[in-house]
Amino acid sequence: MKKFAFNRAETLEDAVSAGASAGVRFIAGGTNLIDLMKENVERPDRLVDITRLPLGEVKRQADGSLSLGALVSNAAVAEHPLVRGHYPLLSLALLSGASPQLRNLATVGGNLLQRTRCCYFYDLATVCNKRTPQTGCAARNGINRQHAILGHSQACIAVHPSDMCVALAALEARVRVLGRQGERTIPIADFHRLPGNEPEFDTILRAGDLITAVELPSNDWSEHSHYLKIRDRASYAFALVSVAVALQLDGEYIVEARLALGGVAHKPWRLESAELALRGQRTSNSSYQRAAETLLQGAEGFEHNRFKIELARRAIVRACAEAAKGTRR
Amino acid sequence: MISLPHFPEHLQKLGPHTGKPLDRVDGLAKVTGKALYAAEHHRPGLLYGVVVSSSVARARIRSFDTADALAEAGVVQVFTHQNRPKLASRSKKWRDQDTPKGSPFRPLEDDRVLFSGQPLALVVATSFEAARHAAALVRIEFDEIEQPETRLLERLGQGKAPGRAKGGFTPPPGPHGHPQQALKSAFARVNADYLVSAEHHNPMEPHAATVFYEEDGSLTVYSKTQGPVGEQAFLSAVLGLKKDRVRVLAPFVGGAFGSGLRPQYHLVLAAMAALELKRSVRVVLSRQQMFTFGHRPYTWQHVALGAERDGKLVSLVHEAVAETSKFESYVENVVTWSARLYPCPNYSLNHRVVPLDVYTPLDMRAPGAVTGLFAIESAMDELAHELGMDPLQLRLVNYGEKDGLTGHPYSSKELRACYQQAAGRFGWEQRWSEPRGRREGSKLVGWGMATGVWDAMQVPASARARLHLDGRLEVASATTDIGTGTYTVMTQIAADVMGLSLESVEFKLGDTSLPEAPLQGGSFTVASVGSAIKAACDGLRDQLFKLAQKMPNSPFYARSQAEVEFRDGRLGLPGHPEAALSYAQILRQQGVSVLEEEVKVLPNLLKQRGYSLATHSAVFAEVQVDEELGTIEVTRMVTAVAAGRILNPKTSRNQLLGGMVWGISSALHEKSELDLELGRFINHNLAEYHIPVQADIRHLEVVFVEEQDEIVNPLGIKGLGEIGVIGVAAAIANAVFHATGRRVRHLPIRLDDLL
Amino acid sequence: MDDASSSFEITINGTKRHFNVEPWVTLLDLLRERAGLTGTKKGCDHGQCGACTVLVDGQRVNSCLMLAVMQDGKEVTTIEGLAAGNELHPLQRGFIQHDAFQCGYCTPGQICSALGLIREGKADSVDSIREFMSGNLCRCGAYSNIVAAIEQARGQL
Repeated sequence: MKKFAFNRAETLEDAVSAGASAGVRFIAGGTNLIDLMKENVERPDRLVDITRLPLGEVKRQADGSLSLGALVSNAAVAEHPLVRGHYPLLSLALLSGASPQLRNLATVGGNLLQRTRCCYFYDLATVCNKRTPQTGCAARNGINRQHAILGHSQACIAVHPSDMCVALAALEARVRVLGRQGERTIPIADFHRLPGNEPEFDTILRAGDLITAVELPSNDWSEHSHYLKIRDRASYAFALVSVAVALQLDGEYIVEARLALGGVAHKPWRLESAELALRGQRTSNSSYQRAAETLLQGAEGFEHNRFKIELARRAIVRACAEAAKGTRR
Repeated sequence: MISLPHFPEHLQKLGPHTGKPLDRVDGLAKVTGKALYAAEHHRPGLLYGVVVSSSVARARIRSFDTADALAEAGVVQVFTHQNRPKLASRSKKWRDQDTPKGSPFRPLEDDRVLFSGQPLALVVATSFEAARHAAALVRIEFDEIEQPETRLLERLGQGKAPGRAKGGFTPPPGPHGHPQQALKSAFARVNADYLVSAEHHNPMEPHAATVFYEEDGSLTVYSKTQGPVGEQAFLSAVLGLKKDRVRVLAPFVGGAFGSGLRPQYHLVLAAMAALELKRSVRVVLSRQQMFTFGHRPYTWQHVALGAERDGKLVSLVHEAVAETSKFESYVENVVTWSARLYPCPNYSLNHRVVPLDVYTPLDMRAPGAVTGLFAIESAMDELAHELGMDPLQLRLVNYGEKDGLTGHPYSSKELRACYQQAAGRFGWEQRWSEPRGRREGSKLVGWGMATGVWDAMQVPASARARLHLDGRLEVASATTDIGTGTYTVMTQIAADVMGLSLESVEFKLGDTSLPEAPLQGGSFTVASVGSAIKAACDGLRDQLFKLAQKMPNSPFYARSQAEVEFRDGRLGLPGHPEAALSYAQILRQQGVSVLEEEVKVLPNLLKQRGYSLATHSAVFAEVQVDEELGTIEVTRMVTAVAAGRILNPKTSRNQLLGGMVWGISSALHEKSELDLELGRFINHNLAEYHIPVQADIRHLEVVFVEEQDEIVNPLGIKGLGEIGVIGVAAAIANAVFHATGRRVRHLPIRLDDLL
Repeated sequence: MDDASSSFEITINGTKRHFNVEPWVTLLDLLRERAGLTGTKKGCDHGQCGACTVLVDGQRVNSCLMLAVMQDGKEVTTIEGLAAGNELHPLQRGFIQHDAFQCGYCTPGQICSALGLIREGKADSVDSIREFMSGNLCRCGAYSNIVAAIEQARGQL
């Protein structure tokens, strides 16, 4: 771990102005940042402790949406009665990620900014375009079981590791960001980006931007939703494939659907066309399969992860069927 | 629910403590955080060393730039091969107690890089943080970076015989009979290849050495080791110090599983730095660096079986080709188990090794047997399926009353009882024969079974027993307790032999100032050290009895030792309570302050000659496989073990449960992923290198089968460290086949194998 | 507060302690190397094993991923702080009685984690214990016994 200067931000404005300087990183839960700093993957000159900023509340807003303060822990969000009651999908997704200890530390804002678990990204002995632009991608011809099957580029085949974000994608959450030009709201779909030629950028955030909250629009998804995470052990493992699905049903017919995949791309993978494919269809495996085909169009695997395409297809069908049965609480 | 193990009630006992499920005597220290491990001993002025590891696998070092590192506040020195203090130059001096044929690796020896992750520099600083930071500032330039040779499967034909250099390895004998002909004419045949992945031991405690530099220039070393005695000899040879200038201690070891059998590079570096700087130094490896030394070797196997209609084997072929390093020829017993377990008139066994640009593999829990039994016990399951026979029945048809290789009878072998009792507990008679024959919801259910076998060994060991005036007994041997329960069972043995309470016995271990003990490995610790403890206590009894006889008006004067009893801290005559004398009384009256006995015990080879000595197990597993998603759960497992006398059913059961978890781990989880281009184990962390978590472990049940053995050693003990894991992976693979109809012949089995 | 060493206070096992260390010192390293509390273990140093689990303000966390300086004013409970004098905590007793460890290296983290688990109300069933104790690896494989120990202690708290 490189040496760094440290200070605590007392106000939001302090934080934003301090964060705008080169080499400055905010720290809250630190579960990913400290990990990466110990590997010398992240090498900030200064850390600004934002944990004492007033961003720790979960509150209902006037428009019926629910605001999750950026500093609320993953555990607190998962267990919050309003989240469990109205957004069980998010609760399930959060509880399937990391471990209880990590969920107690990790925050909403930090989870959005989790970096990939690609082994090569983590290992300074190897080349990685995400870590050091223009050096190459060792994963492409290396061990790539965990890697992307969708939206990858010549430069990068890493996946976003978050479970929370997959649920947020399905729930069409919005990210509240305070920047030097004031506050703005970014739809979750636009928040993370695909690697393209600049895999070093995971999100569209700019220097100094401070995530203040995530907003969950009021919704009718709570009765029929499911988060299915498939991994190599029963718990405390990153997803090979995960599926967040939420349905609105009228008897045996699907009125509306939301569907997002995790573990398959540089960001949660969601296509409106796949959801439209479900609209008006019967709750049957063949309907789910058609949606899966649409969502997985163009999927392309590598030496060790081609199985993910078929696995994702089956996982979508299973998750939809589970959601149709009713949310498991 | 966790069910209680089943113990035979009439297990013979040494006394009131042995055979009882007693709590660990070191439990209090462990649950209160007071147990101190290798990196937790402290002295003022201690320096911290951090190792700089190679980023490449095969190259020469052109240059180091250590200026920035040395300029950091707190940095004391950066050692590289260019300024390394002189260490032993002859390869022989670098040999340890578990060295295979070849030339052991020497850290910071020269400019050659032999494997990825090789230690290239040691940064020493006044704090861990300063050393860690400075380690990242050391810049290394390489020349002649070459493509490492990593592809075992492309070199199967280039394997060479490993020779007999390594302790514990028995080269497979030449072919017997006509295996190929017999195979051709057999009624049923199996012909298959199996692959077992490389695995790293990954004990929870990372390897560490804290080396205290004493005022007289000698070294006191707290080490993570399975053999303090061996490390002392190794360090003194490598550093050129007299043995009495190096004391090695390992009072607590946070797991090892074989990783502590050989002294690793951090130990040499820490001791070298301490000597050179004349300061105390601690070096702890990072978790990533725990993937830069020995591992279970990646191994390819071929098995061919031929059988008659009734299942009787007529031909057995078992070949293995395993990786080793370019500098040592590591080898383990992989193929011999098959022919020992299943006597067969025609067999052919072969073991070859292929040198690659990796570090030398290292014995890892049940080395060889985990690998070999996976193949043979999978193949037996395949054969049973071919024959339309119950897999258990096939084992019984081929049951070896004698060792199939040597023809010797066993000193004891209750494997048949293991099969029966484990099958009974599991409910095997309810098994349906057709694969894919049962489902529960979206899940296919399957049952599988397999056999386990391991050597029952005893090796020379010493122990000392001291009886003090206050009635306290102190017993000691320089062995270790790597979680195995050594502290506890040795205390039990000593208490029972001497007729004392547990509380009045203290067992000391893990210190080279104590009588010599062998490496802790191979499941032979209790048999070896326990026999020495018993002998030392027997000696004390003799002394005590003689002392008592010499007392004025001794009630024991005309008695023989066989007539007296040692009980509750008193020497007595049955039926004459008034005659009893406490040990303390005897000592005091005879003016003896302490009674001491030190012995070295060797296995009784004469008694053992002509016998095969082995421990056995039968494992039954149930899996549920999600048919669509491929996910596998081991929902239930029963293992029955015949391992001679069980000294402590509580710690023994725990060790077997742990073995079963290890078996589940190698069956479904563990795999060190070698990047073939880089020659680097790339999943070198505990997030991507999977071992089971709590949620992976369901119902596990242990059955101890009664087994009396008066030949194996005086205590009738066979050891439990390895047997729990052996056969488990095959039982699970066989259950997966039974559930899905898919035969997976490699480990680990993961969901993509079943999609 | 800037650069070099920072001065702060942490209450560890009920005792307020003052520290002056660089910001890059983790809570784990502070406990082990500067506070003389080696009961908290370093197994991976990356939040992947749970051996370093302690309770901060009553919640179980991985101390290896926390900067010590950020714990200013907080209360930290480590394994050394669980027993009341010679009276072991019910979890400590349960771990001994059920032989819920072998080498003992993951044990302090398991026990602290189990305390957090019980406080979170997640120890009510075997399945829940298994899932919510999955952040603590045990390489010796004493998992079944750990569950039994927690089940026993749960009723005594």
